[in-house]
Amino acid sequence: VCIHRVRSCSGIRFIKSKYVCVFDKSALKYSHQQRLFRTSAVSCGQIVQFKLSDIGEGITEVTVKEWYIKEGDSVSQFDSICEVQSDKASVTITSRYDGIIRKLHYNLDEIAYVGKPLVDIEIDASKGVAPEEDVVETPPMSHEEHTHQEIKGHKTLATPAVRRLAMENNIKLSEVVGTGKDNRILKEDILNYLAKQTGAILPPSPKGEIIPPLPKPETVPTDPKDKARKIPVPVSRPIVFSGKDKTEPITGFHKAMVKTMSAALKIPHFGYCDEIDLTQLVQLREELKPLAQVRGVKLSFMPFFIKAASLGLLQYPILNASLDESCQNVTYKASHNIGVAMDTEQGLIVPNVKNVQVCSVFEIASELNRLQSLGSAGQLGTNDLTGGTFTLSNIGTIGGTYAKPVILPPEVAIGALGKIQVLPRFNGKGEVFKAQIMNVSWSADHRIIDGATMARFSNLWKSYLENPALMLLDLK
Amino acid sequence: MVLQSSLKNCLQLSCILRTPKAGFRNTTSGGLIIQSLSNDVYQNLAVEDWIHDHMNLENRQVLFLWRNSPAVVIGRHQNPWQECNLRLLRQKNIKLARRRSGGGTVYHDLGNINLTFFTTRKKYERMENLKLVVKALKALRPQLDVHVTNRYDILLDRHYKISGTAAKLGRTTAYHHCTLLCNADKFVLSSVLKSPYKGLKSNATPSMPASVKNLFEEDPSLTCEMLLDAIAEEYAIQHQIDHHITLINPADETVLPGINNKTKELQTWEWVYGKTPKFSVSTCFDMVHKDSVLDVKVDMDVKHGRIEVCNIDLPEQWLPPALCSELVKSLTGNKFCPNETTTLATTLLRVCPHDDELQSRWNLLCENLIMLM
Repeated sequence: VCIHRVRSCSGIRFIKSKYVCVFDKSALKYSHQQRLFRTSAVSCGQIVQFKLSDIGEGITEVTVKEWYIKEGDSVSQFDSICEVQSDKASVTITSRYDGIIRKLHYNLDEIAYVGKPLVDIEIDASKGVAPEEDVVETPPMSHEEHTHQEIKGHKTLATPAVRRLAMENNIKLSEVVGTGKDNRILKEDILNYLAKQTGAILPPSPKGEIIPPLPKPETVPTDPKDKARKIPVPVSRPIVFSGKDKTEPITGFHKAMVKTMSAALKIPHFGYCDEIDLTQLVQLREELKPLAQVRGVKLSFMPFFIKAASLGLLQYPILNASLDESCQNVTYKASHNIGVAMDTEQGLIVPNVKNVQVCSVFEIASELNRLQSLGSAGQLGTNDLTGGTFTLSNIGTIGGTYAKPVILPPEVAIGALGKIQVLPRFNGKGEVFKAQIMNVSWSADHRIIDGATMARFSNLWKSYLENPALMLLDLK
Repeated sequence: MVLQSSLKNCLQLSCILRTPKAGFRNTTSGGLIIQSLSNDVYQNLAVEDWIHDHMNLENRQVLFLWRNSPAVVIGRHQNPWQECNLRLLRQKNIKLARRRSGGGTVYHDLGNINLTFFTTRKKYERMENLKLVVKALKALRPQLDVHVTNRYDILLDRHYKISGTAAKLGRTTAYHHCTLLCNADKFVLSSVLKSPYKGLKSNATPSMPASVKNLFEEDPSLTCEMLLDAIAEEYAIQHQIDHHITLINPADETVLPGINNKTKELQTWEWVYGKTPKFSVSTCFDMVHKDSVLDVKVDMDVKHGRIEVCNIDLPEQWLPPALCSELVKSLTGNKFCPNETTTLATTLLRVCPHDDELQSRWNLLCENLIMLM
């Protein structure tokens, strides 16, 4: 109740300055006794004002640039609270206390003053602060000993819980070797120190038995270690998985995928798969690769697949068409803008090669190189990504044999190419030979494409690739 | 004379870097001079982070010497759109990095040297460091007219800026780093540090443009190696240590455990662009389409690098309004990034009935939007 009153009072600042936290540096300067106002009914903690500490170089004001916490968050000692900036220096302010953030005194881009309150932190009553009586009876001397041990200019670092443990067992923090970050003293260090002294590992004393701190650090009181204590038997703990589910909004590429696929769902797909013997094509490519290299172009199999598809589309133009929204009209597209699905860091993109029907295999290869380098740099333009009429997806470069590709609207067909495998096959003479086999999986819009058309197109495409010389006959 | 890194030096360093408590029986007590073997700006910034987070600087200060291949480095609280020409950076393959210290934007290339002075928070003193640098320069070339200003810049001939400063203060440690122009490409520098983006309103720290000059222009016999050496020499004298430079590999996890994670973090979009303070874009542009000129007004609020609020004002019916509102809805929540916008825009086109005319108009609008990013 008292604390609520304090919060709502407008003249708050004057009242609050009397509440000096036991761990605050300024406690050293005040030699009078400290009183804490607390009620027994409400078990809320004590609100402490964490002031902005000295930045150095005589700087008195800084700008708050980023808050790492918000009101209501719980913080531990040394957690980052905010980032402030002053004259080309960026400073990370860390918390001195464990507790809950109750108030931020500044908004972003406001000027904060050194020595003035930065945040209000509510310190957990059951943890860091010893009960009233102890604090009131204690002369500041012993608090100094246990809270700020300045040894050769070194401040011994330890969390409030560790300090209490040391206090309860009458250990001088200066005598304990810290093994934590920045030589921080951890609970294990206190226990190890104790173990060395008594030859046994003692559990920390339960909360009810808090021993009042001594008036003089030198006098050793009745040693609680004299009482017989049992060494705790290690209990096997059940394996606890502390992973948490993570929910985040869908943005960027995924958002785009969701839209495309939702539209694609409206298309009734049918599939048709086949096997292509690429033995001759593999040989041909080996011969042509160095020649293309001389001209500065990397030649893969895709340019052949794309050109063969275009030759096939000349015979079956319905596969290069588009159905309108109401399914009333079919538009036969004149240009063969064949899209090539590309896997980038961000996700799937499908740039297309324009007008394949008038391009040579070399020109297609050159254009693919350009699209691939732009794609990996994330610099493809809208022109490259729109206007596609037919798509090939070379999933085989990653792996797989057969697939079930999804048509990209407003197109009506798509082909997925599996990986090239060396498999035994029979030749015309009934002999077994090594064949380079690739699988193709087509999907088409069953509203305007029928199975027979797809099969015939596939056979034609297959014949061009199995016997590349055939392409010569039909080249335009 | 940069000494070759011998195995002994590397072992010494790994001992020094790992043990938090001083094993200070060796000759390098009081100070340590290290130089990076890498020219990758992210790796080098990660080394700074690592030293800041892991090294105990109570009894020993560290000087870190590094150089980067072409990169633009913005300050912790700056806005990259406001500070540089991102399009040009992408075209020229120049990296963009955000450092953890404050201050303004700089251009790095191999003709620029970087110096980082690591101390405890208490011993943080920028003026002293800069005076050390000036002393070293004067010892190398007494006729150089160089001095430190009260803005922590170093000026040549009272007029040209040859060094800029920034600093980072943590709980127990602090570092002050500065650049030094020896022989950098001034032409590229001025072209990349000029922002073409209009209509930006932001509270991000602005940079102060300054006339720059290379030390090389003043004295063509100077090289980066000479400058690095002279500064190391002066540091060694002032800290009473051997003039001994230890080379480190910023990718070596055994010497710097956890360094590769730090390097990765510095390269993420969330750090480089996402840490930009909230800003707004409010601009209009003309689009020329088939003999007609169209007026387009765009308003966007960008927070954490993502579009929070988006408003596009087009002449009525030029594009189907449903499609436009779909575009605005899709852009909201997306990164303020040309690549993502292109993908989204081209995908949206797929899901609506369209013809060539619509497509060319749509592409024109999107190309113009992307120019803002």
